[in-house]
Amino acid sequence: MELLVASAVGILTAAGIYLILRRRSFPVILGLSLLTYAVNVFLFATGRLVTGAPPILNKYEEVAYTDPLPQALVLTAIVISFGMTAVVVMIALGAYLSSRDDGTAMPVEADGAEEDA
Amino acid sequence: MSLFLIAALPFLGAVFPALLIRAGRNAAASAAGLTTLLAFIGLMLHIPAVFRGETVYAAVDWLPALGLNAHFFLDGLGFLFAAMILGIGLLIILYARYYLSREDPMGQFYSYLLLFQGAMVGIVLSDNILLLLVFWELTSLSSFLLIGYWKHLPEGRQGARMALTVTGSGGLAMIAGMLILGNIAGSYDLSVILQNKEAIQSSDLYLPALILILLGAFTKSAQFPFHFWLPHAMAAPTPVSAYLHSATMVKAGLFLMARLWPVLAGTPEWFYIVATTGLVTMLVGAVIALFKDDLKALLAFSTVSHLGLITMLLGFGTKIAAVAAVFHIINHATFKAALFMTAGIVDHEAGTRDIKRLGGLRHLMPITFTIGTVAALSMAGIPPLNGFLSKEMMLEETAHTIWNGSHLIVPALATVAALFSAAYSFRFIVHVFLGRKQDDYPGHPHDPNTGMWIGPAFLVVLVVLIGLASAKIAGPMVATAAGAVIGGGELPYYSLKLWHGLTPALYMSAAATIGGLTLLALHAPLQRAWNAMPRPEAKTIFEALIGAFTRLSQFVTEGLHNGVLTRYAAIMVTFTVAISYVAYRGGTLGVETRQMQDPGALPVVGWFALVVATLFIVAKHRNRLLSLVLIGVVGLVVSLSFNYLSAPDLALTQISVEVVTIILMLLALNFMPKETPVETPALTRIRDGAIAVVAGLGAGGLIYALLIRDFAFPTISDFHLANSYKGGGGTNVVNVILVDFRGYDTFGEIIVLGIAAMVIFALTEAVLGSKVRAYLLNRKPDLPQAGDAHPLMMVVATRVMMPLALMVAAYIFFRGHNLPGGGFIAGLVAAIAIIMQYMASGFAWATERQRYPYHAIIGSGVLIAAATGMGAWFNGKPFLTSDFGYLHWPPLEEFEWATAALFDLGVFLAVVGAVLLALESLSRFAWQPGMSSEHAMDINPARDEAAKTGTEG
Repeated sequence: MELLVASAVGILTAAGIYLILRRRSFPVILGLSLLTYAVNVFLFATGRLVTGAPPILNKYEEVAYTDPLPQALVLTAIVISFGMTAVVVMIALGAYLSSRDDGTAMPVEADGAEEDA
Repeated sequence: MSLFLIAALPFLGAVFPALLIRAGRNAAASAAGLTTLLAFIGLMLHIPAVFRGETVYAAVDWLPALGLNAHFFLDGLGFLFAAMILGIGLLIILYARYYLSREDPMGQFYSYLLLFQGAMVGIVLSDNILLLLVFWELTSLSSFLLIGYWKHLPEGRQGARMALTVTGSGGLAMIAGMLILGNIAGSYDLSVILQNKEAIQSSDLYLPALILILLGAFTKSAQFPFHFWLPHAMAAPTPVSAYLHSATMVKAGLFLMARLWPVLAGTPEWFYIVATTGLVTMLVGAVIALFKDDLKALLAFSTVSHLGLITMLLGFGTKIAAVAAVFHIINHATFKAALFMTAGIVDHEAGTRDIKRLGGLRHLMPITFTIGTVAALSMAGIPPLNGFLSKEMMLEETAHTIWNGSHLIVPALATVAALFSAAYSFRFIVHVFLGRKQDDYPGHPHDPNTGMWIGPAFLVVLVVLIGLASAKIAGPMVATAAGAVIGGGELPYYSLKLWHGLTPALYMSAAATIGGLTLLALHAPLQRAWNAMPRPEAKTIFEALIGAFTRLSQFVTEGLHNGVLTRYAAIMVTFTVAISYVAYRGGTLGVETRQMQDPGALPVVGWFALVVATLFIVAKHRNRLLSLVLIGVVGLVVSLSFNYLSAPDLALTQISVEVVTIILMLLALNFMPKETPVETPALTRIRDGAIAVVAGLGAGGLIYALLIRDFAFPTISDFHLANSYKGGGGTNVVNVILVDFRGYDTFGEIIVLGIAAMVIFALTEAVLGSKVRAYLLNRKPDLPQAGDAHPLMMVVATRVMMPLALMVAAYIFFRGHNLPGGGFIAGLVAAIAIIMQYMASGFAWATERQRYPYHAIIGSGVLIAAATGMGAWFNGKPFLTSDFGYLHWPPLEEFEWATAALFDLGVFLAVVGAVLLALESLSRFAWQPGMSSEHAMDINPARDEAAKTGTEG
């Protein structure tokens, strides 16, 4: 099980980074989403993997629980990453509509560095 | 008056001139003057204590853990400098009122001046050296503003930049030196450091600390080879030059050397570095000054020379030399401020300060002539003026100084410097005021009004009085300040009087005066020889150096930051991997303490789906729609894994976020190209792939290493498990953490979420307000449109579902405290229920029925959460302390109430508002006229058109 989770994190990270290194905004957004999954699972897994022991207290008998803290962190992380994705999508869309170009590189200008001299 | 107030007054007062300038220039000047006067009087109230030899303290601990505290103290040395700064500051404020012209923004000037004054007072009163460093940097910054005050002059801007570069970099070196010093002494308080002479001088770090601190002092006090910034700073208005270069800014370096004299001085290193630098500076400055035709340049180099003189005296390391240094600091401040102001008056009235065009002004400007002559004679060291006294003392000291075994070299060079000093002082008098009257002055030279000459006149009176009755007038001040410099103990025997008998110093003085007159007589041929001589031009060297640095940083910046996102990402990932590898190599790995768990069939299937989907996304990412579908698969597997791995809350959140994210991306994709073209060569793709794989291996390896080991340190999770029910009143520990234990974090997060939604809204407004709108309105869909914009089945189904979905949201919300659920998830579910209406019945239809703006929903959510948190104050508890209890209302079952539920309601509303505002904003891009059909279940009349364009395109 540990191997499965770890390898999934690795593959998601690698795929995310590969897509972030593309030259167009849409693949970059896809890559960010994949990376978000990887990071969330990573954070969640720092509480170690436990099955069948959700952190819902049982008032009547003593049972084992998994670590609730990473779960709380990841829960807000998921919601916040939605906000982040939405902003990035908006920026990408606005940039594309304004310039009709969805490249992520700044357009090359001739000798832009000399302006300030 | 408290030392805090004295140090703070100029800063507080700096506001007034800027505000009062609307009321006129006199109002601005009086505000500045009154502030300074108040601080000056406050300082004077400490006279009795200081002159009894006491030290006044004022201390407030600021960041004691860092050793950074607002500790001030006032002893003789601090008093002397503070009095000079505030006293001469007053005269300058008066002088500047008449010097500046109507076009100059005077409010700004006085604000800058007071800022600078405050920083200077802060330096001389600081007990804590970290605080001193803060003020030190403030003087660099505020002097930059003052020197560059005439922004329209390129020389002003260049001079200001040069001063800031030189003194600023010196300041950086000094920070390092001070930190070392504080480390050796074990405290950053000067009063402690000054007690630790042995520890500091025997430390291995003494020399590095000394050099670094001296770099700061030398750059500030314009010592050779950093002297070049000072003459270029003369592009400033004359009041600034008079203030910065006579009494304040350049004296800060001297002050620091004097302040640290008890612990740093007395070693051979100190002697050879400080005394030699001072001697060279004194000589170089004096020689150059003689050949400058610009009055202010002459005075600037003479200032450099006199600063060198004082530095040299401090460098000698003997107590009597320190007394002489203190005395000369006072004398130099008096005559040099007067001379600068005189030069300003000449410039102001005659229209030029080029010595070659001046001469014969004594008849036209008798008052100015008197003031200038007396001050210049004092600078030349002519009895009975105060400059003579301290120069005598200096020469006397050099006569006893052995430099590298030689008795002669220091006194000889000092005499030569004094000779040049006399020569340029005489030149100041003779070539400006004496001689024949010219008939081509650019202006109409005449004496200025009283306001302008009263300041220098006052100083000149001091010059004469100190000269004639030095023991009475300056004696106590010199004794107190010198006592503070040498750090306790008996002052050596000295006497401040004009006639000491036929001492070697007198002969040296006489030689210097006669030599000076001779040099002046020979000035014309000497000037020709000087002009013919090739000399290194400091400004050219400085600019070449700065140019080289600029090119270097441009090269580095363009290499790293060239506007290509891909490159930033690649650099960041590679660097992160590299430092992780270094950390991995440098650390040790614990023992594997956990067994691998047997996965069983289900997880393997899930893993397989996830891996295949991910690989497909990478392979097929050019087909954007397909990748979105596949992302959905990944998200689904992730949600299921959360559920499988005992995290039902996460599973619920993930799956609902998944829905809104995919809808969001679909909305965006609607307007973007549906395919990604192939742009990068195969080699680049292989390189990117390699970076990605290495990073993936790193992340996977790290989490694997974590997963097969137990926690290295005890966790705080057990606390949460144990107290969730007892303290928070809920059995769903995750929810209790969110709304109770870590309520503050959650509060921050809903605010962030709200801000993100607002940003999206604002961007939408901006984009739709631009010319993009025309494009959107005329846009033809690039894919075939569905004939039925709002399919009947879907519309009916979603409308029926709406109350059900909202009910589910309510249910999830209420049970959240004890079972999986809560505000976040309920908010997402409710948002999805409403989005379904947008999707099925259309944007126009849904908007019409939307009664509350989403901004308001976000706002009310945040406000409810905040109000819940504040409710705790009424019970005398800190912000966001929760409370709960149980109620029994027959015939209902007993049920629980918790304030956390109210907080969760805030979360719920913020999430609903944020998600909907984001999606609604994006949907508005699609709005086109004719779309806002009143009928929800309509048939799109444009479908045939759309189908046609779709097939064609």
